[in-house]
Amino acid sequence: MTTRIVELRQGILKKNDELARSLRAQFEASGVLVLNLVSSPGTGKTEFLQRTLRELINSGAKAAALVGDLETDNDARRLAASGAPVRQINTHGICHLEAEMIAKHLDGWKLAELDYLFIENVGNLVCPSSYDLGEKIRVALLSVTEGEDKPLKYPTLYNSADVAVITKIDIAQAVGFDRDAALRNIAEIRPGVRIFETSAKTGAGMAEWLAYLAQQRSAK
Amino acid sequence: MHELSIVSSIVDSVTETLAAYPGARVKEVRLRVGALASVIEDSLQFCYEIATRDTPLDGSALVVKVLPVRMHCDKCAEDVEIASLQSFRCPRCGEPLTDMRQGRELEIDSIEIDQVEENV
Ligand SMILES: Nc1nc2c(ncn2[C@@H]2O[C@H](COP(=O)(O)OP(=O)(O)OP(=O)(O)O)[C@@H](O)[C@H]2O)c(=O)[nH]1
Ligand SMILES: [Mg+2]
Ligand SMILES: [Zn+2]
Repeated sequence: MTTRIVELRQGILKKNDELARSLRAQFEASGVLVLNLVSSPGTGKTEFLQRTLRELINSGAKAAALVGDLETDNDARRLAASGAPVRQINTHGICHLEAEMIAKHLDGWKLAELDYLFIENVGNLVCPSSYDLGEKIRVALLSVTEGEDKPLKYPTLYNSADVAVITKIDIAQAVGFDRDAALRNIAEIRPGVRIFETSAKTGAGMAEWLAYLAQQRSAK
Repeated sequence: MHELSIVSSIVDSVTETLAAYPGARVKEVRLRVGALASVIEDSLQFCYEIATRDTPLDGSALVVKVLPVRMHCDKCAEDVEIASLQSFRCPRCGEPLTDMRQGRELEIDSIEIDQVEENV
């Protein structure tokens, strides 16, 4: 009997990473800007995205969305009200989206005809951060109702953000939202990240967000 | 919780590797996991026991080496370890840090196997 060590030095999510890389190349070649929206359940991803899609489409841009949930197509139906093409991904128990699910659900869409593709991830503050979907921009959302210290509690997610969005600021006062603490905590976890303060209900902050999107798209 | 799907990938990779070592028994699987990789070791261990049953990994130990978050500090011109995951600042000069050099790894480092010697 001999004991030996076999070196593997292998990424455990290698399959996902490789597929995400090839998706990213495909997105770049098609000229579509892809964003992955992550947050806890109920932060307001769908509401924020619906308004974003509607305003983009009104301004003549072409935008589409994929939305991940464990079950139901409720969010897809809400998003489709914006007029954008939308597809629901049901993960049936899996708490995050994976690159393979994205690849499967792009079938038949002409990426080159799109300006923006949004991916609403499953509401979860832990698992989605490990899975690259090939996006260019990862958007981490935080609502005024869920506590200013969320970024400190879930640094793995907020540290991976390219941009942060605070949602539901229309009710900030009613829930005693401490804006300075929230901004400080986000900056502590992700120094220098751009932060948008928005309300999907009133439209506050949406103009800045849309200007950012347009600028990111033309910067490609 | 995505630890179960992570453990399944580990079982697949190790089983593939074992093809080159017929009859070998796995004693240990060693992982390198960054402190920001968003997996919980207890959940990994729990899932490992279940997912390795009736596989060539049955009965093996999962050894998880946690890698601290290391960032590059421009001011200090070197890589530093952050003091906590609640503050991405240089522990020496206080500078906010964005350039991560280590901390999101999720890798199988190596496996330890027992091989029956072949009679020549
Ligand atoms: N007042 C206020 N409520 C909002 C706003 N955005 C979302 N909501 C409400 O918050 C709740 C959750 O919003 P969703 O958009 O479904 O949240 P989500 O992040 O998509 O949730 P999951 O997909 O389940 O993770 C709903 O009742 C929304 O009406 C906002 O800007 N202001
Ligand atoms: Mg939703
Ligand atoms: Zn320093």
